[in-house]
Amino acid sequence: MVKNPTASGSVSDEKPRSPWRDAWLRLRRNRLAFIGGIFVLVLAFVCVVVPPFLPFSYEEQNLALGATPPSGTHWLGTDELGRDLLSRLLYGGRISLMVGLVASLVALTIGVTYGAIAGYVGGKVDALLMRVVDILYALPFTIFVILIMVFLKEPMNQLDAWLRQFSWLSNLQGIGKIVGLFAAIGAVEWLTMARIVRGQVLTVKKMEYIEAAKTLGYGHARIIFRHIVPNVLGPVIVFTTLTIPAVMMLESFLSFLGLGVDAPLSSWGTLIKDGADKMENFPWLLIFPGGVFACTLLALNLLGDGLRDALDVRSAKD
Amino acid sequence: MRVFFPILPAFRSALVRLLPIPVACTALFFAACSKSSSPADSSAAAGKKILLVGNGAEPQDLDPHIVTGVPEHHIIMSLIEGLVTEHPSGVGVAPGTAERWEHSDDGLVWTFHLRADAKWSNGDPVTARDFVRSYERMLSPAIASQYAYFLFHVVGAEEVNKGELKDFSQTGFSAPDDRTLVVRLKKPVPFLLESLKHYAWFPVHIPTVEKFGGLTKPGTAWTKPGNFVGNGPFVLAEWKPNQHILVTKSPTYWNAASTKLDGVKFLPVDNSETEERMFRTGQLHITGGLPIPKIKVYREQHPAEFRSDDYYGTSFLRLNLNKKPLDDVRVRRALALSIDREAYVKVLEGGQKPAFHFTPESPGYSPRERLSHDVAEARRLLAEAGYPDGKNFPPLELLYVTSNAGKQLAEVLQQMWRTSLGINVSLRNEEWKVYLASQESMNYSIARAGWIGDYPDPHSFLDMWVTGGGNNLTGYSNPEYDRLLASALAAPDDAARMEIYQKLDAFLMRDLPVIPVNFYKTIHAISPRVKGWTANLLDNHGWQYLDLAE
Amino acid sequence: MLRFILRRFLETIPVLFVIATATFFMLRLVPGGPFTAEKAVSKEILQNLQAHYGLDKPLLVQYGNYLWDITPKKLAPWRLFADADRNGTPDFDLKAAFGVDLGPSFKYPNRTVNEIIADKLPASLELGLWALSVALLIGITLGVLAAMKKNTGLDYAASTLAMVGICVPTFVMGPLLVLLFALKFGWFNASGWYFASDRVLPAATLGLVYAAYIARLTRGGMLEVLNQDYIRTARAKGASETRIVLKHALRGGLLPVITFLGPAIAGIISGSFVIETIFQIPGLGREFVNSAFNRDYTLVIGTVLLYAVLIVTLNLLVDIVQVWLNPRLKFE
Repeated sequence: MVKNPTASGSVSDEKPRSPWRDAWLRLRRNRLAFIGGIFVLVLAFVCVVVPPFLPFSYEEQNLALGATPPSGTHWLGTDELGRDLLSRLLYGGRISLMVGLVASLVALTIGVTYGAIAGYVGGKVDALLMRVVDILYALPFTIFVILIMVFLKEPMNQLDAWLRQFSWLSNLQGIGKIVGLFAAIGAVEWLTMARIVRGQVLTVKKMEYIEAAKTLGYGHARIIFRHIVPNVLGPVIVFTTLTIPAVMMLESFLSFLGLGVDAPLSSWGTLIKDGADKMENFPWLLIFPGGVFACTLLALNLLGDGLRDALDVRSAKD
Repeated sequence: MRVFFPILPAFRSALVRLLPIPVACTALFFAACSKSSSPADSSAAAGKKILLVGNGAEPQDLDPHIVTGVPEHHIIMSLIEGLVTEHPSGVGVAPGTAERWEHSDDGLVWTFHLRADAKWSNGDPVTARDFVRSYERMLSPAIASQYAYFLFHVVGAEEVNKGELKDFSQTGFSAPDDRTLVVRLKKPVPFLLESLKHYAWFPVHIPTVEKFGGLTKPGTAWTKPGNFVGNGPFVLAEWKPNQHILVTKSPTYWNAASTKLDGVKFLPVDNSETEERMFRTGQLHITGGLPIPKIKVYREQHPAEFRSDDYYGTSFLRLNLNKKPLDDVRVRRALALSIDREAYVKVLEGGQKPAFHFTPESPGYSPRERLSHDVAEARRLLAEAGYPDGKNFPPLELLYVTSNAGKQLAEVLQQMWRTSLGINVSLRNEEWKVYLASQESMNYSIARAGWIGDYPDPHSFLDMWVTGGGNNLTGYSNPEYDRLLASALAAPDDAARMEIYQKLDAFLMRDLPVIPVNFYKTIHAISPRVKGWTANLLDNHGWQYLDLAE
Repeated sequence: MLRFILRRFLETIPVLFVIATATFFMLRLVPGGPFTAEKAVSKEILQNLQAHYGLDKPLLVQYGNYLWDITPKKLAPWRLFADADRNGTPDFDLKAAFGVDLGPSFKYPNRTVNEIIADKLPASLELGLWALSVALLIGITLGVLAAMKKNTGLDYAASTLAMVGICVPTFVMGPLLVLLFALKFGWFNASGWYFASDRVLPAATLGLVYAAYIARLTRGGMLEVLNQDYIRTARAKGASETRIVLKHALRGGLLPVITFLGPAIAGIISGSFVIETIFQIPGLGREFVNSAFNRDYTLVIGTVLLYAVLIVTLNLLVDIVQVWLNPRLKFE
């Protein structure tokens, strides 16, 4: 009998590997980044799924109890109004992660569209669009975010009042404020994304296979979506992963200034702010939210770094 | 252009390496330039007794005819003295610039005799004419003083302020001679002496004010150190905005001999946690308040430094009677009865008392008509009004001033209403000025508010609620109430007057345009080195009575 | 080079114009005016106040007046540091030096915005410069050490420290440092800006975050250089490790740091708001936040413009330095 040499499974048993699979394997090997990613996913899962099953809600007060350290009933302790910290932490996580994700996506959408158009169209349009980005880049942004939040407070309150008329939305208090946060933060973070995407698009545009595609008569849309976008995705993913912690930090900063979500909702930012004030007397109010916040940022940063190494990307946001 | 290129890469890298050095040098330059003088440092070094006081917010100004706040009051009290001043015991009045006074039998004409040795800080004697011209300034429409109404008891004052009367000599203020001031009132005012302690009645040094922009121009430079002339126990030595205001002992003050302090330094610390830390490291001798979590710690572990005294004021909720469903008194009563005030004051930690009536108690006055904590009745009323168990209850907002404590307390109220009535009240916080604007334009549903009496008499709490009163802001209009209030000052004696106030308080508790929550307490951390500090219902302390021991 | 500088300088003018206009209209067209006080104000009084501040004129007239007031009308920068009140410290007199009048403050009736800025700016600048020095010194040193001892314990320790610096917000770091060094050990004051030692904790809190970023950038940049062929050649030729690091690798490490200086300065300025609040520093950041909340129009605009000018100027300087070091950038 003649054996088929390929059936024995030695040399040519390997499937053809796409660059994505390569990147994934590199990422897996980077222990820290991998742990970071798992941490964030687990945390997000817990924050979304667990809260309804907790014995205490985030707003239930127990004035007689006051602030107590971690105990059997309240695993993370309570705050001065007797509210369970674990519950507030998880519900707060929902808000913080949501703000981080959505604001980053807003920045991503604006930035990618803008940068892709500039890069692809090129020429004078590109020069003009990038000039605008340069000008905007020079603005003192945190200042404008503060101004926007301060002056949007009133319209947002009115928006909230209007939305509350719809009873199915009545559980979502303060949603106007949160939307305002998304908008304000997203509007500020898109610039670097635009620059990166434009740079990538310019590089890719010059590649020979794009020339080839053009000669073959492929339409613009097809070129953009099947050839340019996949090559741009790398830095975009990295940058988005690194924008989320920056956004979360910005949200906590705004909370410190009093521009965050309204009571009785909490975000990690507001929890940290309250805890920082009472750090001496009730340290658990700072340690747990602060710890979880720092760990999440750490995990996201490690993941972003790992992704950058895995996808072999240079000049992403540093 | 080409000149720059030949520079060697090595040189460039060296330059870059050395970058931090010029940066540091510039920093040192600025450090050397900005003056440093620590509060504790300067006082200890020179052996001077300077009292360090945490004074809350940076004052708007130091002109008594322009300002409206409490921090300003504390500072101005040290620089200017009115006809009467605080008594060292903390209760009542003591002679100030006026050494004695008398009034006519009908109480309408008061005569004040100024002391001969009352002097301004530049040596000029204080004359009665100074007072008359100061009141002219206070009431002038151009100055637009927001406390002008304080003087409206005086004949002609209101008309001058409205611009109807142009000749000031036709008002009730007159100075027959340099040392006599005569004040003619429209109606007898039993609390006149107490209200004279307020800065609305303070004199200013007319020639100085005129020198810097004229008598009727607000916000001129006359209040700056070096220009300021006052007649109080201290003079303005330094004013570094948002850093400190230093006042030093005035040699020309008539009672300078018994002023023990060499000076007072007011530090505008607006964050109570920072203030408490400064107290602990000796940077402050007296704080303006204490953060709530620290109150228990100080009360139990540092009782010698902890002071908690009654404060003549009420913390209450203003209700907008024009907003549905707050126009229904049953709804208002339901909200009022469902608040567990005992639990609420526990959160405050300062020993505050729950308020079941609006006007705080004072000697000779204890309101009889009171609220209670009755959740069952509250729910019954709500159901009767058409919202059983809070169903279909329109959305309401609770407005409060941005602060840590404010947020906490608002959350407590929100939760109490949710659990006992089943209604959802959302929270809205605004900065002080915006918060005031919202109330004045009636752009709110429920607002947390507070009122400190301007003088220790129930009148200062009850005259707020007249129809269209500047501090009413609820839409409450009750002609019977207005009539009763107007008759109070014409009452034959104090007992009768107090009876009228009982009726007025009863109106408030039946009609409920406001829901009282708790009475205030002043809370201070005071260093044991401070001597002479007495409890004062309005938390105004004569700085000339204090001393700093070693 | 000169043409480059001129071009960039001219580009900054539309930026400033946009900022000035945007801020002006944002403040005017939003509810919540600057005139409310603790006691209710009658109509006549309100009218008087509005006339005093020029708010009774039509909006476009106000805008025109405003633009005229803030445009520099003369160029006498030596007047900027003149000691007008002869108290030994230089005063920033914007009006004398540049003819810029930012109007009267709404909240503090007897002071102009120019005065307030002149008062508060030095403290903020000082804080910023100290923080920047801390960031550069600690960051670069840490980054160099980490790169030189790559993948050793020191590298991991430095990188971890850097990570912590990035992930802990300043308003947590600040009180923690105060708790430890001011209250427990008593080495420093809890707040205030009096002694030289008062600078330490605020600058450390603000600077450590950027030190973390700078450490990472330095390390990354240096590693990139150290991987190059010419470094291997130098090593083969027998050059000492120190010489290699200082002469070649350091330059590679510092280039990304310089690029980062722009965002770092902007970050330090915005971080100063929080630091000034925590440590009670009489600076412009705290003033800005308070004036925004209090609707003190003129002060908000004044501070925003000042920050914009500051950031734009510093970015321009950073760009010029970058181009000078790496002339290829001129053509990007």
